[in-house]
Amino acid sequence: MDTASANDFDIRDYLRVELLPHFMCPGCGHGIALRALLWAVHDLKLAKDRLAIVSGIGCSGRVGAYIDANTFHVTHGRPLAFATGLALARPDLEVIVITGDGDCLAIGGNHLIHACRRNLHLTCLMFNNEIYGMTGGQVSPTTADDRLTTTTPYGNAEPSFDACALAAAAGASFVGRGMTLQTVALKNLIRDAISHRGFSFVEVISDCTEIFGRKNDLGSSPEMILRQKGSMKPDTYGNVVDRPFRPNAVQTGVLARNDRPEYGDAYRAAVLGAAGAAVAG
Amino acid sequence: MIPVGRRNLQGNHACAYAAIAAGCRFYAGYPITPSSEIAEKMSLELPRVQGVFVQMEDEIASMGAVIGASLGGVKAMTATSGPGFSLKQENLGYAAMVEVPCVIIDVMRGGPSTGMPTRPAQGDLMQARWGTHGDHPIVVVTPASVGEIYTETVRAFDLAERLRTPVIVLYDETVGHLVETVDVPDLSDVTSAQRKWASGPKETFLPYADPGDGVPEMVRPGDGYRCHTTGLTHGENGFPTQRPAEVEEMTRRLLGKLERHRDVIDRFETVRTGDAHIVVVAVGIAARAARRAVVEARAKGIAAGLFRPITLWPFPEAAFREVVAGADAVLVVEMNAGQLALEIERLVGRRGKVARLNRISGEPIGPDEILANIEELARHGHR
Ligand SMILES: Cc1ncc(C[n+]2csc(CCOP(=O)(O)OP(=O)(O)O)c2C)c(N)n1
Ligand code: SF4
Ligand SMILES: [Mg+2]
Repeated sequence: MDTASANDFDIRDYLRVELLPHFMCPGCGHGIALRALLWAVHDLKLAKDRLAIVSGIGCSGRVGAYIDANTFHVTHGRPLAFATGLALARPDLEVIVITGDGDCLAIGGNHLIHACRRNLHLTCLMFNNEIYGMTGGQVSPTTADDRLTTTTPYGNAEPSFDACALAAAAGASFVGRGMTLQTVALKNLIRDAISHRGFSFVEVISDCTEIFGRKNDLGSSPEMILRQKGSMKPDTYGNVVDRPFRPNAVQTGVLARNDRPEYGDAYRAAVLGAAGAAVAG
Repeated sequence: MIPVGRRNLQGNHACAYAAIAAGCRFYAGYPITPSSEIAEKMSLELPRVQGVFVQMEDEIASMGAVIGASLGGVKAMTATSGPGFSLKQENLGYAAMVEVPCVIIDVMRGGPSTGMPTRPAQGDLMQARWGTHGDHPIVVVTPASVGEIYTETVRAFDLAERLRTPVIVLYDETVGHLVETVDVPDLSDVTSAQRKWASGPKETFLPYADPGDGVPEMVRPGDGYRCHTTGLTHGENGFPTQRPAEVEEMTRRLLGKLERHRDVIDRFETVRTGDAHIVVVAVGIAARAARRAVVEARAKGIAAGLFRPITLWPFPEAAFREVVAGADAVLVVEMNAGQLALEIERLVGRRGKVARLNRISGEPIGPDEILANIEELARHGHR
């Protein structure tokens, strides 16, 4: 555990404190995820002026506004598209996308798979709370079987996505999963994802306590976050409980990683290089 | 290489060259007939000026990437046709709302839906104005020749930068695929405005404050201002607000912004409208046929004239009202079922008769047909 880093990390150095109190419900996992991100930014000593946060629409997307950086709150499902333009035009910026399970996998699914394939240097953090939190708790592409939501009043019959498997299959060169239960591990994972040169996808297991938790009688927020433990399958110790909160035990940590060429570098080397030679010749 | 001097150019190629001359250094798009030549040319030419071309997964993403690049401080554009233009509307509204300079080319083909990909039409005149939801500012220019595609594309970047607004360059397939002789200026002879960058103290900077001309200064990431940009209704500080007074003020500035700059926005051409009793109104290729018809009508002793909006939206109202003040009939010629006619009827009101000539068969309208309509109006006493 990075105690040194924990000691000199003060989240207020990275927040627009004048905006507090924030909008999130008590116990919402998104705040913990935000803290892990800012802690990782601190560890990496990233300059706030060079940091660009692009977020989508949802409770997850609203988190971006609290960060003391260049923050862009765009349209529902499209943050990866905006971030692609921004990162290609401004390779000097560190561009981080914050998105939700609905934002990223439903309306933004096509952008996700192509961002993975392109492998542009971006970090995509998907806050997965298994629900459309912002709109009042409708079913999402990651809602587990049988769960009650406001649009699955009889239980969910649709199978859910494994976002990490999807991202890895589509070619993301860094794929990882962390949970708000383990903030240090999550912080380290996000730190490694940002450091990785290429497209990094991190699924953050988060909780919508107020809507999803209540609807499914999952208890208070401490109870909900402790349930994450029951569903995880960490690399270090393989404790899988009988009835996990999520349908299958989920693996955490770095799940896929490779060094294939980063798109911006490849474009600049191959295309700009060739065009430059053509101009000179 | 960008040609310079007197050249034969296709409309779509002229558009691409003009964009680069105007300083465009980012293009994101998705292929669609009859606009694809623009993307192809940009993919070839942009890297030669250290610009970036990217083919995105769809038009929604293209529009998003263009806005992202422009938010990064780089002049950016995309090009499409009807079906793709529909997909761009979502993020086009975002660009209007957060006031991001960008240029969108819509080369019109037959619609609705997939329609007739290789056939000319002018069916997107109203979509260009009202395609995205909510009240919003938008500038739309409609060139009628290859030379004008060049000059209007340069002007589109100019207006986008000066007014912090998306600008649409709208032309029909015929003009896009026409090959005509154009005088291409040397790159260094072309000037296009640059947005006003944020200045002044960083701690107290308000990214949406009105500096007096309705167009706020723009923040460039990396310059130290660290502002927030959101499509939610925002106050002067850029953060979401629902306070009625603040919402009202911000929305009024946004919607009133263009009215304050009519001097640079309005552009039109008139042909013999001074003493015209019959005024023909048309844009694009239809206007070229109309010009010929007007000349022929004059030869037959009919006092006809042409009003051709080059800026379509906001409509050059003041000039048009002046032109039609003395006329007793207006003929609106368009390759759709009657869109521009709605605006003309609104402006003419009950003072005169507005006649329509529409073509929805996927063919341009010829001068003969327009002349016949002018003659018909003349026979009914509108000399
Ligand atoms: C085009 C469009 N469709 C629908 C919405 C409504 N909407 C806002 S947030 C949201 C879902 C958010 O869910 P998720 O991405 O999981 O974020 P969360 O709130 O759970 O963090 C939806 C459907 C919208 N804003 N725009
Ligand atoms: S509705 Fe759910 S996701 Fe949104 S802030 Fe509340 S707890 Fe968090
Ligand atoms: Mg969600």
